[in-house]
Amino acid sequence: MEDLQQLLAPLLRGAVVTVQLALMSMVFGALLSFAAGIGKLSGNWVIRWLSIVYIEIFRGTSLLVQMFWLFFALPLIGISLPPYVAGVAALSLNIGAYGAEVVRGAIQAVPVGQYEAATAVNFSKRYALWNVILPQALVEMMPPFGNLVVQNLKDTALVSLITLTDLTFAAQTVRNLTHESIPAFTATLVIYFLLAMILVVGMRWLERYVARKVGVAQARARG
Amino acid sequence: MLFGIRWDTSTDLNFAISIFPILLRGLSITLQATALGFAIALVLGLILAILRMSPYRIISWPVSFFLEFTRNTPLLVQLYFLYFVLPDFGIVFPAFLTGAIALGLQYCGYTAEVYRAGIEAVPRGQWEASRALNMSAFLTFRDVIIPQAIPRVIPALGNYLVSMLKDTAILSAVTVMEMLNVAQIIGQRTFRYFVPLTMVGGMFLVMTIISAGLVRFVEKRLPKEGIPLR
Repeated sequence: MEDLQQLLAPLLRGAVVTVQLALMSMVFGALLSFAAGIGKLSGNWVIRWLSIVYIEIFRGTSLLVQMFWLFFALPLIGISLPPYVAGVAALSLNIGAYGAEVVRGAIQAVPVGQYEAATAVNFSKRYALWNVILPQALVEMMPPFGNLVVQNLKDTALVSLITLTDLTFAAQTVRNLTHESIPAFTATLVIYFLLAMILVVGMRWLERYVARKVGVAQARARG
Repeated sequence: MLFGIRWDTSTDLNFAISIFPILLRGLSITLQATALGFAIALVLGLILAILRMSPYRIISWPVSFFLEFTRNTPLLVQLYFLYFVLPDFGIVFPAFLTGAIALGLQYCGYTAEVYRAGIEAVPRGQWEASRALNMSAFLTFRDVIIPQAIPRVIPALGNYLVSMLKDTAILSAVTVMEMLNVAQIIGQRTFRYFVPLTMVGGMFLVMTIISAGLVRFVEKRLPKEGIPLR
């Protein structure tokens, strides 16, 4: 029993850090997704190109390279980020780039007739985007967002390589203390799996919630 | 000096030029790890996808659980698990091989899912016809189902190949001398991280753009009816 406690206590402390990182990068990643996803479809070429460059760079290189770049390379040009900030920034920027493609795809999947109708009733572009297009696109986005959220949780393990004491880091510490690899890493894998399952269930619930809300809004709009 | 190649730290440009051949050595390891890891993921994924369709729950359930588990846990932790736990059982692989196996394991969950979708997309009539011809399950899979399923799934598999290419950077955590690790070592020895890390980022970008282009090319060239396996 004491053995188990000695094993689990540090792992759970690490898991708290992992959950914090996952939640924070989820929120920032979602904001970046919408900004860059909508930006890529913007009529303004500066915004469009900025979005494209951001998406391509962060989807085209490894997350670990991005993290090391923010942590090791940036200080050399005078920008020193604490590990926590570098970790959250890399995770958010990376998942945001993937999310941006989801947002763009979902917006483009909304039937053209919806845009035409919005123009026909003289809605401004901004109003049409927020009240006609995005609510419908949001329903489409939810299943791929579910995958990205789990991806993001798994990605948080990399922050242990830039000295953050997350769950993976705790696994290493426990291994070094107990000199036993199997219990430390098995327990760690199980904790990650359980966290992922919680996210999967949560995202399914959110998916249904969004579908219901949007369905209600659409029905109301139809009067 | 690394791999017997000296670097020149006089200016950033000279530094970049002098470490480029060293990084190319790392790139070669990156590509080898991707190739081996992806081969494992392709074969293991197909076997597990078929086993999961087994009518016997004693086979399909553990396989399902294994696939869900590998897919929903981080590659880095799976890598540590193999790297530290296998030696406890007297299995000592070089770090490169452990890394490739970890990549294969992580991605077999994804490839199995892709194969499943491809196999399910083959019309029911094909199964029924094979049944009517009295073909065994093995023959049905080998000669009828898989040849028709593969062309449908190659684009999706290609995307995972690109994704795995990027994930090989994680192998640096267990001392594999792939591109990122090489850049790290150069950084540690010269205290100049900016140039090598930026170059590695650029090289990854070039490689993913090339491989994404290749995937699109293959996608266009695919035969529509199916690929004969014999």
